[in-house]
Amino acid sequence: MRTGPSAVLGRSEAADAPPRGAASASKRGGPKTAWAAHTALLPMGATVLIAYVASILWTLRISLSNSKMLPRNDWAGVAQYVNLFESDRWLTALANIGLFGLVFIAGAVVLGFLLAVFIDQKVRLEGVFRTIYLYSFSISFVACGVIWQWMFNPTLGIQRSLRSWGWESARFDWIATQDMAIYCVVIAVLWHSAGLVMAILLAGLRGIDDELWKAARIEGVPRWRYYLNIVLPQLGPSLGTAVVLLAVSVVKLFDAVVAMTNGGPGDATDVPTKFIIDNLFERQNIGLASAASVTMLVTVVIIVAPMVYARSRANAAAGRA
Amino acid sequence: MKAPARSLLAALIASFGLASPALAQKAEVIHWWTSGGESAAVKQLAEAYTKAGGQWVDNAIAGGDNARAAALNRIAGGNPPTASQFNTSKQYHELIEAGLLNNVDEVAAKEGWEQWMPTPIKNVIKVQGHYYAVPVNIHSAAWFWYSKAVLAKAGVTEPKTEAEFWTALDKIKASGQIGFAQSGTLSYERATFTAVLLHMGGRDLYMKFYGDKDINAVKSPEFRTVLEKFKKLRTYADPGVAGRNWNDTTALLVTDKAGFQTVGDWAKGEFLSAGKTAGKEFGCFAGWGPKAPYMVSGDVFVLPKTSNKEAIAAQQLMAKVITSPATQVAFNAKKGSIPIRPDVDASGMDICAQAGVTALKDPARQTPDPSMLMAPDLFGKVADVITKVWNTDLKPEDAQTQLVAAIGAK
Repeated sequence: MRTGPSAVLGRSEAADAPPRGAASASKRGGPKTAWAAHTALLPMGATVLIAYVASILWTLRISLSNSKMLPRNDWAGVAQYVNLFESDRWLTALANIGLFGLVFIAGAVVLGFLLAVFIDQKVRLEGVFRTIYLYSFSISFVACGVIWQWMFNPTLGIQRSLRSWGWESARFDWIATQDMAIYCVVIAVLWHSAGLVMAILLAGLRGIDDELWKAARIEGVPRWRYYLNIVLPQLGPSLGTAVVLLAVSVVKLFDAVVAMTNGGPGDATDVPTKFIIDNLFERQNIGLASAASVTMLVTVVIIVAPMVYARSRANAAAGRA
Repeated sequence: MKAPARSLLAALIASFGLASPALAQKAEVIHWWTSGGESAAVKQLAEAYTKAGGQWVDNAIAGGDNARAAALNRIAGGNPPTASQFNTSKQYHELIEAGLLNNVDEVAAKEGWEQWMPTPIKNVIKVQGHYYAVPVNIHSAAWFWYSKAVLAKAGVTEPKTEAEFWTALDKIKASGQIGFAQSGTLSYERATFTAVLLHMGGRDLYMKFYGDKDINAVKSPEFRTVLEKFKKLRTYADPGVAGRNWNDTTALLVTDKAGFQTVGDWAKGEFLSAGKTAGKEFGCFAGWGPKAPYMVSGDVFVLPKTSNKEAIAAQQLMAKVITSPATQVAFNAKKGSIPIRPDVDASGMDICAQAGVTALKDPARQTPDPSMLMAPDLFGKVADVITKVWNTDLKPEDAQTQLVAAIGAK
C-alpha cells in the first residue's frame, strides 16, 4: 500500500534531480533516487531471476537426473557428466570449438585491424568501403553458411570455376576433407565478423590524437611502426570489446555450422551447441544435453570472467587517470 | 478457470443426451507435412475429417524435430493438441510410460487392427496390450533408386543381384558418371549403412544388430564385410557430398548425373515434381529377389491425454477417419507412401508403390525400421560411428569395437 505513493515521489524526485546539478543530486537525492531506480529495475530483476537464474538451476538439476525425453525427478549423481566425457563426439566438439575459437578470434582481430587502418588512411569514398566491410555482418549466419557452402563445394563453387577457366587440375575441396573442413567454417564466420571488428577498432582509431602521428613523423618513424607500437597499445579497450564479442559468437556458433556442414564430414566440424541440440531433441536425451550445457556455462565463465575482470580494472584505472 | 468450466458444460450437455452431431468435433493437429506434396496429402485427411462431422484445425510446423518439440512442450505444459504426428518408432514410447497418451483400443477393436495391421507397425504402436498411436502410412527407408539414362549410358540394366549392382557401379564409374549419390548428413549416412546391412548382410544380421543389440553379431566377420561394403560405396560417390541434403542428392538422379541412391520412398516426390515417371525415366528396387526384406516405417498420430470429453470424442473420430480405406488411398496417393491396410485397391499406384504393397503382403519380408527397435539416443550413437566409417580412415575392425562399446553400454 505504501510503496505506491513513495515510488511515485521517488520517481518525481529523480526526474527533478538533473537540473539541480550533478553534485547536489548525488548528495541529497542520492538514496531516494537509488531506491526509485531499484524499484524500476524490479521487473528486469524478476526476469533475470526467473528466465536466467531459475533456468540455469533447472538445467543443473536435470543434468543430475536420468532424464531422457521428459524431465525426471530422480537422482543420477554425475553419471551424465561421466557419459559426456566418455563420448568421443563431445570431446571432438570441444577440440573443434577450441581450434575454431583461437584461429577465428586471432584472424578477425588481425583482419579487422588491417581494414580499420586501411580506412583510417583518409581513403576516398570511405563511407562506401565502410559499408561494404560491415555489410556481411548484417547477413544471418544461416545465409552466410549456405553461401560459403556453395563456394567451397568442389562441384559447384571455387574449384569448379577455376577448372572452367582452364586450370584443369585446380583442387579446393577443403569442405569435404576431415582436416580442413573446420577452416572453411572459420573463413565463413571470419568474413561475417571482420567488418564488426573493423568498425569497433576504427572508432578507437579515431579517438587517437592526430598530433601523435605528426610527432612520430618528425622522429622519422615509419607508418607501420607507428600503428604497431604507438596506436595498437592505445586500442586496448576497443580490442577488449571486440574480443569479448567475438568470444561470445564462438560459444554460440551453431547456425553457420548447421547451414554449412551440419557438423560433417563425419564429426570434423561438430561443435558443442550442435551436440546439445541434437541430444535435446532428435536423440531425446535431455539429461546428457543439460550436462553438456552446464559444462559449456562453466567453461565460458572460467574463460570470460578474468577477461571481464581485467577490463573493468583497466576501465577503473583509466577513470582515475 | 475456463477449461474446467467448459468441460463441465460439455459433460452436462452430454449427460442430458444433447450432444448433437451439429456440434463439430474440433481437432487441433500438429504435424510437419509442409512441402508441396505433403500438404496436398494432409489436406485429404482434413477433408475426410470434416466430412465425418469434425473440424480440423491445422498446425503445421516445418521439420520433424521442431514439430515434435512443440508437441512435447504443449503436452508437458498441460495444453496438449488433440493429435500430434510422430514417426512410427520409439519416439513416443516415453510419453506412453509417463501416462501422457490416450489409447485408441475402441477404434482398433472395431476396425480389426489386430487382424490386418503389419506386425512391425503393430509392435511399435501397441504397448502393454493397448494401442497408443494411429498409423497413417507406411514408408520404407531402404529403397534403391536409379536413373535409367545413366545406367543406359554405362551399358547396364537394373541389377537383379548384389553382384550385378557392384558391376553396374563399376561400369557407371568407368563411363565418367557418378555411380552412387550420397547425402552428407549423419542420418542419411546411417540410412545407407542400414540399407547395406539389410540387403547385403541379410535380415538376420540386421535384426541381431538393431533388434537384439547383439554384441557377438557386431564382432562377427559378416558384420565386418558389411562395413567394408559400406566403405566401398564411398569410392563411387562424388566429391560434392559434404553437407548435401537428401533432396539435393536425389536431384543428381533426377538430372541424370548419378546412377544410384539409397533413400526412402519419400524421394519419389522429387522425381514426380520434375515430371518423371516411375519405370520410365527412373527405376526403383527394395533389395534383390522375390524374398528381399522390406523395411517398414511411417508416420503415426498420437493422442495426448485429456479429460475433456469433446477432445476425446474428436480423437476417437480422428483415429477412425484416418485409418478408413478411402482416406488411406487418398492420402497415400499424394504422399508417395503406401496405405497401412492391405484391403485397399493398389491398381492406381505407381510400380514402386505396388512393389511395396506386394512385399508387405509377405510377413516374412516385413522388417521393422531401426527407429522401431532402438531408442533415439542409442540410434544416434550408432550414427556417430557410422559417419566416421564413411568419412574418415576408421578401419572396419575399429568401428566394430566402437559399435560394441555403444550398444554394450546400458
